[in-house]
Amino acid sequence: MKLQLSEEDAAFREEMRTFFTTQIPQHIRDTVIARRELSKDQIVESMQAMNAAGIAVPNWPVEWGGKDWTPLQRHIWHEEMQLAGVMPPLAFNASMVGPVIAAFGSQEIKERFLPKTANLDIWWSQGFSEPDAGSDLASLRTTAVREGDEYVVNGQKTWTTLGQYGDWIFTLVRTDPTAKKQAGISFLLIDMTSPGLTVRPIELIDGGHEVNEVFFEDVRVPVDNLVGEENKGWDYAKFLLGNERVGVAPVGSTKRTLAQAKEYAKTAGPGGTSLLDDPLVAAQIADLENDLLALELTALRVVAHSADGKPHPASSVLKLQGTVLQQAVTELWVDLAGPDSLATGAGEGSDVPDLARVATTNYLNYRKASIYGGSNEVQRQIIAGTILGLRG
Amino acid sequence: MDFTLDSEQIALRDAVRSLLGKAYGSSETRREVTKTDPGWDEKTWQQLAEMGALGLPFAEEDGGFGAGPVEVSIVAEEIGRVIAPEPYVEAVVLAGGLVAAAGTAEQKTEIIGALAEGTLVPAFAHVELKSRYNERAYAVTAAQADGGWTLSGVKEPVLGGGRADLLIVSADVDGATALFVVQPDAAGLSRTSYATFDGGRAARVAFDATPATPLGEAGADQSATIAAVIAQAQVAYGHESLGAMDTALKQTTEYLKTRKQFGVPLMTFQALTFRAADMYVSLELARSTVTWATLVLLDGGSDAEAAIEAASRAKLQVSKAGRHIGQEAIQLHGGIGMTAEYSVGHFMSRLTAIDHTLGDGRHHLGTLSSALDGHGEINPLP
Repeated sequence: MKLQLSEEDAAFREEMRTFFTTQIPQHIRDTVIARRELSKDQIVESMQAMNAAGIAVPNWPVEWGGKDWTPLQRHIWHEEMQLAGVMPPLAFNASMVGPVIAAFGSQEIKERFLPKTANLDIWWSQGFSEPDAGSDLASLRTTAVREGDEYVVNGQKTWTTLGQYGDWIFTLVRTDPTAKKQAGISFLLIDMTSPGLTVRPIELIDGGHEVNEVFFEDVRVPVDNLVGEENKGWDYAKFLLGNERVGVAPVGSTKRTLAQAKEYAKTAGPGGTSLLDDPLVAAQIADLENDLLALELTALRVVAHSADGKPHPASSVLKLQGTVLQQAVTELWVDLAGPDSLATGAGEGSDVPDLARVATTNYLNYRKASIYGGSNEVQRQIIAGTILGLRG
Repeated sequence: MDFTLDSEQIALRDAVRSLLGKAYGSSETRREVTKTDPGWDEKTWQQLAEMGALGLPFAEEDGGFGAGPVEVSIVAEEIGRVIAPEPYVEAVVLAGGLVAAAGTAEQKTEIIGALAEGTLVPAFAHVELKSRYNERAYAVTAAQADGGWTLSGVKEPVLGGGRADLLIVSADVDGATALFVVQPDAAGLSRTSYATFDGGRAARVAFDATPATPLGEAGADQSATIAAVIAQAQVAYGHESLGAMDTALKQTTEYLKTRKQFGVPLMTFQALTFRAADMYVSLELARSTVTWATLVLLDGGSDAEAAIEAASRAKLQVSKAGRHIGQEAIQLHGGIGMTAEYSVGHFMSRLTAIDHTLGDGRHHLGTLSSALDGHGEINPLP
């Protein structure tokens, strides 16, 4: 046992730190650190800077731009990025559709999509959830019926994050209506400019437009856009949802945001005094720091000991506790902002600090974190069933 | 960075687990042993000595085996796994650790050699009424007389103080806190031993002009040494707690699988399995912080402040996890968990005792809260 990183890993950390703090445009990092939303152009510019350096998709096979990094190095890459205020590569491209295409797609489909996916020349949207298929994803009903060398797609997807920017959407569609639940599903890539496809915004409680509904009315999709085999889509989706164990918990960004909250608190008291002199505030922050340390160390244990490609059993803790703490810090921010937290609509000429104005919208927005990617109840189900062997 | 045990460490773990598993595999044995003084088993202690467990943290020239905090943590965790009542952390890590840190060469040879052989069991008499979790001594004072030292005042509760073959005592010397060695048959020493709720023993130890020998330099302030050794003991207690929490969770999941109500196993009810899942989360988070704190001790023998802070962080995490897991283990068992005959409740008792030894969660949260200003983000890897 030992605490220090190996010389190689310490040098790697330094290299990543230097890259992220010097090679990603400052205006993008400033926006992230100010807890403001990035524009589409900023997200693209950020990922393209990483791709130019060859570090946008390290989790992919090397021949398609991946890196032969250890899980620990990927963890360091992910942490340093977040600490520097850099948005991770667009998950739909880098962690979702890219690895699936690389693992199961034909050579033709790989060549067609992977380079553009890594460089965010194609913006992917995710077409999994449906109005009646949330946590129970396999009950999805969108159909794709084969007609000659085309599929005709009908149905509706929902919760499509940033679908308004999407060029293409990767979908799970039902290709065999007679098969049992999971068995008749395929993984189909659909051009979002196709006739019959419409995107409709869903306004959220924070006032933002982040997610959408996507409707398919007789959308014709070339059979060539099928990934892998017909009716095997559920296996690919499980691979997509299950193969990621680095970056499951957003430790770095939560750490940065908590340290920022602490700094803000130092002058946020009455008359500019320090709120850290309030023992309740100080205790709350100290407790969060300690919980976050435990989470980070758990993430390190997981990446350092994912033997034989199998995740460490404790990895299921990461999504659950990661979102709990992410949300707790957004809640702390609202408390620190106090009455200023109401001034979400303040414009120029207002004296309310910018970080106080965005506190509540972030708090409301991040309620999503414990719902998406397998809700925290699903995570508890996994821990109880898979780890503890408690099967009801 | 490496969180895994090497093959020698695994062999140590297996040996200790086997020994303690034989001794306390039946919880009935533990109940019997803890009923009569000294509350632990001399034979088991001797076996621990024979396998080298009692001399692990000490230098070879002092009579130890030159191992470190990782090896100590392995033994402590196995102690906790069966809540063995032997005073490992109290005698070896705490009392022995003070001798190693503060004693003269002669004192080390004499005390540590015998401790490692299992023939001398020392205790640290430090806590006083209203001193709570301080490294200072107030109520027991030391005075110089006829070229020697005497102590007066009361220490209570002193864990293992009744059976101890030797007392290491903290005492006030003109505002400084110094350490002394007191023989069990010293004049003016009176000890009243009683049982604690977790099956252990504590004592009221009163000194009345009792002759004492300075541990190390006479009359010097040793509160920094005390704080450093307490940090080592806090981390070792963290591991003892991990072992206890691990067993409490295992017993609980086993019970949920086998116990039937309404014609079905309890694990049919999601209200129960989700709570077990949360216990697992608490345990793994605590395991991460405690293991890290051990590595900080291993890494930074010279950086006392870092070690003290890491120990505080571990103790806070374990306090929260121990309460959560202990309480839920009983609740998920139902009435059977309340009985003395069934063992799960004893695990909660032991976790509660450890929590209130060397600082509970609230105490450590207070310490960490007052030091918030000293850092931005916490970075666990140097």
